[in-house]
Amino acid sequence: MRAGVIVFPGSNCDRDIALALEQSTGKPTKMIWHQDTELPELDLIAVPGGFSYGDYLRCGAMAAHSPVMQEVKRRVDKGVRVLAVCNGFQIATEAGLLPGVLLRNKDLRFVCKDVNLKVEDSQSAFTAKYQVGDVIRIPIAHAEGNYFADDETLKALEGEGRVAFRYCTPNGDVTADANPNGSLHNIAGIFNASRTVLGMMPHPERLADKKLGGNDGRALFNSLVETLA
Amino acid sequence: MTLKNARITDADIKTHGLSDDEYKKILEVLGGREPNLVELGIFSVMWSEHCSYKSSKKWLKTLPTTAPWVICGPGENAGVIDIGEGLAAIFKMESHNHPSFIEPYQGAATGVGGILRDVFTMGARPIANMNALRFGDPTHPKTRHLVRGVVAGISGYGNCVGVPTVGGEVNFHPSYNGNILVNAMTVGLAQQDKIFYSAAAGAGNPVVYVGSKTGRDGIHGATMASAEFDANSEEKRPTVQVGDPFTEKLLIEACMELMATDAIQSIQDMGAAGLTSSSFEMASKGGMGVELNMNLVPQREEGMTPYEMMLSESQERMLIILKPGKEELARKIFEKWELDFAVIGHLTNTGRMVLKFNNETVCDLPIDPLAQASPEYDRPWVASQKLPEVAASSVKDVPWRVALTTLMACPDIASRRWIWEQYDHMVMADTAQRPGGDAAVVRIHNSNRALAITTDVTPRYVKADPFEGGKQAVAETWRNITAVGARPLAITDNLNFGNPQKPEIMGQIVEAIKGIGEACKALDYPVISGNVSLYNETDGKPILPTPAIGGVGLLDNLNHMATIAFKDEGEHILLLGQVGDGWLGQSLYLREVCGEERGAPPPVDLAHERKTGDFVRALITGGKATACHDLSDGGLLVALTEMALAGNIGCKLEGVSGHARLFGEDQGRYIVTAKDAGAVEAAAKAAGVTVQRIGATGGSDISLGSEAVGLAALRGLHEGWFPSYMSAKG
Repeated sequence: MRAGVIVFPGSNCDRDIALALEQSTGKPTKMIWHQDTELPELDLIAVPGGFSYGDYLRCGAMAAHSPVMQEVKRRVDKGVRVLAVCNGFQIATEAGLLPGVLLRNKDLRFVCKDVNLKVEDSQSAFTAKYQVGDVIRIPIAHAEGNYFADDETLKALEGEGRVAFRYCTPNGDVTADANPNGSLHNIAGIFNASRTVLGMMPHPERLADKKLGGNDGRALFNSLVETLA
Repeated sequence: MTLKNARITDADIKTHGLSDDEYKKILEVLGGREPNLVELGIFSVMWSEHCSYKSSKKWLKTLPTTAPWVICGPGENAGVIDIGEGLAAIFKMESHNHPSFIEPYQGAATGVGGILRDVFTMGARPIANMNALRFGDPTHPKTRHLVRGVVAGISGYGNCVGVPTVGGEVNFHPSYNGNILVNAMTVGLAQQDKIFYSAAAGAGNPVVYVGSKTGRDGIHGATMASAEFDANSEEKRPTVQVGDPFTEKLLIEACMELMATDAIQSIQDMGAAGLTSSSFEMASKGGMGVELNMNLVPQREEGMTPYEMMLSESQERMLIILKPGKEELARKIFEKWELDFAVIGHLTNTGRMVLKFNNETVCDLPIDPLAQASPEYDRPWVASQKLPEVAASSVKDVPWRVALTTLMACPDIASRRWIWEQYDHMVMADTAQRPGGDAAVVRIHNSNRALAITTDVTPRYVKADPFEGGKQAVAETWRNITAVGARPLAITDNLNFGNPQKPEIMGQIVEAIKGIGEACKALDYPVISGNVSLYNETDGKPILPTPAIGGVGLLDNLNHMATIAFKDEGEHILLLGQVGDGWLGQSLYLREVCGEERGAPPPVDLAHERKTGDFVRALITGGKATACHDLSDGGLLVALTEMALAGNIGCKLEGVSGHARLFGEDQGRYIVTAKDAGAVEAAAKAAGVTVQRIGATGGSDISLGSEAVGLAALRGLHEGWFPSYMSAKG
């Protein structure tokens, strides 16, 4: 699998996700500067976490209009997979690659902690190595991760099985207490209609190594490698 | 030479924080000529307490600063140690107390920004942030607002720059009601052959300004940080700088990119006193002169005067001396990162600082004489009164369950989760031990080695006995690093005290520094960087003396990292290093349970400290201990409860009883758990370390004799205090 990571001014999880990808692919990950408009041939584009453009206008809003995102959209149209994590998820919604928006967390504070996620899909390139119903532990680190969409969009997401992960208890119960940010339907990650774009607030690259206290995120990267080889 | 200026008045001298004697010295340095206002401003910041260390220098010189692994000790932007495999750890801690009290969010945020720059200016990529925070009484009307603002400021800045904030410490005490302490520490990693220093060299070399534009913010920050507070201090809000972490992130990346080339001769961040101190210090260290054209300084506002530009403390700026002909290479890198870049002058052989503005000379100062005439005071001091030892029999013996539940929920012991969950403590994906343990552990990228980092001081001990308290602060960092299995290597110190012109405060400074020095010597644990913050007083009332220590150690193999959490049921619990019968003087038991602050603090026997610590580290690296925790605030029972809560496994204790044993704060002690207690006992005996089996892990209670407290209830108390305090109105 040929993987690339977009680097915006203010991205700060670019190196982390590049390394997590390399550990699964066994190949160097391409780092792509935001002003590049010519992308190399890639099977996966990662839009990493961080504070692109300082998050100063609205999280992800400025990055969504950077030159490289036009090219990313063209690649998505060609079927290239995009993994958009945290600020990447915010950018993907601002760029129209995914529906809905990420609002301020319900308690208005930045929160960094491990959360439990219920895997809702195992048919995508991202989730093939999980089982539906698995509970995985992955960290979040954001101030704006409160997923919101109108009723119609939510209905479509739910009806088409496009919710990838939901916040849950360690036992897999999807409860209000297990929801760290107020997201509707406890949504932690969603797909686009063709399941080629995954946006998620939790950081799978942060628990993909037992030395850091867990590796539930590893299966996501391994899924991509296995599917996209 | 003509220097046009209005005459300096007595009021000018006073508002610049200079004494009459200091002004006389200025006239001497200038050979009888009066300075103009720009020059007076430069003298005032260079001779401020903050920049000159004039009250503490004499005593700081006594600290041990060398060891075979020290590459660069105090005097540079940060200290540097050899951590093997061609790598260096670069670190420092610095205060931002006064600005944080006036404007907590920006004060704390720019504190983080400043210490980051001190570290990356030396060529290190920052890999961890820490902090040491002190707030007033929780019931004081301002405390909640200050806690919220400071935590949000640290979080807002650190999270955005993408450096994990991996730990710290927080205390509450009424002495900080009008003068909180915000001490921030950064640790960075560099290649040993790619370390950058600040001594300028090469006449004619270009002086380059990079980063943000210069505005009118923060003018006189250094002099503000060198004066006491009063009821009108909040009027000084305009002197607090505003941080821009996004620009800082770009500055880090741009500097790293430039540092990978061979373009930089020397580099320094513009911290306190901004362009003045950076240009002056770089030239002074290198024995050079410098000439700057102030019209070329990137400016945020129109009509700025040279005086304002020289004294501005606008953030996210660096000064670089480039090697000849490297201007275009450097310019391209900073333009790529959309940062300002301007060649504003060049080095000279004159030994003078010359500033031009609108084709006129507006400043012409001799650099060496100004630096050498920098005041150094041997201020009078008095030794503090020794306090009597507190006999355990004189302290009320409250039932242990009551005392334990009180302590677990008290402000100085309650869980800090509310704080550290607001810090991104995992970005960079190398955090191997998160906040809540004895020390943070951050992996050295792409390796199986790691740095252990901690910040500690127990101000109530330092107040009661500055010498023992100084020793204890160093020893506690050493112990915390040891407790995760790492080898302590060096410290940075952040000395926060009151007004040094009062002999009793100066006495605290002198004795604490002596104590710090003695502990550093005994533990082979030198001071490699530091910062002094004096005049921490409001309306004449000083803070508790607070010499915060930041310690760094090396873990050679991450597979042998210890954590505090009980790992399994049925393991033995062993207490190592117990010598006395329990020391209650200045303990949290005495303060929180009995409502008394009295007596001598626990003494630190440094030989015992070292022997016990070395033994514990060997147990951990030898795989004989399954968990480890040092004993500090709250003593034995609090430490055991913390271990039980972290592992969600209870314990049953035997052979320990009485308030002095259960809650005494004797130093140099650890708890370990082990599957094979006999092996630990035999090894301890051989090493001459005292050891006692005190029970076993298991169940869901802390149980002692026939009594028990459930972990669920203890967890509720321990985790509950902070969120409920912060969500209360007021």
